[in-house]
Amino acid sequence: MMKEIETRIKEVVKDLFTQNKIDLFIGYSKGSLPLTSSPCFITKSEDIEKLVWNSFCSNNLAVYLPRIFNPQPRKKEKIELPRIGILAKGCDARSIVVLIKEHQIARDNVFILGIVCQGMGDRKKIRNDIEITGAEEKNGRITIVDENKKEIELKREELLSDCCIECQHATPPIHDILIESGNQRPAAPKGGGRDFEKKSIEDRWNLFQEEISKCIRCYACRQACPNCYCRECFADQTKPRWIGVTDHISDVMFYQIGRIFHQAGRCVDCGACVRACPMGIDLRVFTHKLVRDAKELFDYEAGVFLEEGLLLATFKPEDKQEFISEP
Amino acid sequence: MMDKNFEPRIVAFLCNWCSYAGADLAGVSRIQYPTNVRIIRLPCSGRINPLYIVKALQNGVDGVLVSGCHPGDCHYISGNLVAGRKFALLKNFLVHLGIEPERVQFSWVSASEGPRFAQIVKKVVNEVKEIGPIEKMVKRL
Repeated sequence: MMKEIETRIKEVVKDLFTQNKIDLFIGYSKGSLPLTSSPCFITKSEDIEKLVWNSFCSNNLAVYLPRIFNPQPRKKEKIELPRIGILAKGCDARSIVVLIKEHQIARDNVFILGIVCQGMGDRKKIRNDIEITGAEEKNGRITIVDENKKEIELKREELLSDCCIECQHATPPIHDILIESGNQRPAAPKGGGRDFEKKSIEDRWNLFQEEISKCIRCYACRQACPNCYCRECFADQTKPRWIGVTDHISDVMFYQIGRIFHQAGRCVDCGACVRACPMGIDLRVFTHKLVRDAKELFDYEAGVFLEEGLLLATFKPEDKQEFISEP
Repeated sequence: MMDKNFEPRIVAFLCNWCSYAGADLAGVSRIQYPTNVRIIRLPCSGRINPLYIVKALQNGVDGVLVSGCHPGDCHYISGNLVAGRKFALLKNFLVHLGIEPERVQFSWVSASEGPRFAQIVKKVVNEVKEIGPIEKMVKRL
């Protein structure tokens, strides 16, 4: 199935280039390590063979779009925008919807090649005491080769990322061409941070502290997030300087609270920040709270409907007023 | 451990058109309310960046009170309604992380509600006194 999708992607991209519909295609190529894929930028049809499709095409490619469309801030003369083709899984396409709604992408200049996603694997789910020297994927099974040339067979389902297991939008909400991939996987109930929420307030704070104390403030989560396109991030601002330059946990918390809260009503739960984190912080426990609240309080899901107003720029008369303290 | 004489420091972000005038009315009417509250006037509750609230906590404020016009009465038509969504999400989020819900409170106070303003301040001060000085989030070097 994976191979068929890969051939189909190549066909479509080839057509796009021969019909001169796009200047650039963003997809995946083989990663430098087994069980990884890297984002890949294709500008000429000879390079199409580089494209791959497998169970580890997990990066959210939408992250590149705002950067391509806004290369120079405040340029007065009209510049011709590039025409971009992009491979989009459900979450990528939702990110694209969010970015279109926030006027960061010119919809007419983006060709979305949607794929019904079967969930992507997480390399970190494999026991970390084995060194993976090779890997092969066939019919829903992944065979990895360790340093002693011993083969270990794993089921694809066992390796799925947490956000993919709970994903309810495997089909891209917008697309110009859609590639089917067989039956849609049933989504597990949304759970990110549910157990966490049941704990007492002190336990929650201690766990939050524990997780955040791992953070080295490398800002990889910000760089990987398609929603973080601000030209000047609050974390980098000097007037006002929001975050102190120390490694004090309070500063780190302030960064994380600020970053995560900026995703309110925009986070599509693609898991890019979790994957990008070099310290393995389980950021989903915190990010998913806002996703859930947006749904429960305001019946809003980010990146699903293009016509719907943005969560924090609109209101409804029936919005709940439970947060108000009455005297 | 609790200090009986603990006097919390509360920062109140008030909108210029309703709540600030409400606080003013409370003062002009000589209604007594605790002096723990430090008022910061803003053009509208919609002007409040959620980071202000988090920053206040980080700087060692024991509680934050945010108040704006009642829904429908905003000087800028809908500033408070848009802000309301932010506040609801922020409050839930901070509580999710383990910050006491009493530390960050929101209310609507109109320009004619001097007594109500005094009551809200009393309530916030009493609740914060109850839970004691802020320990979480504060930056102590």
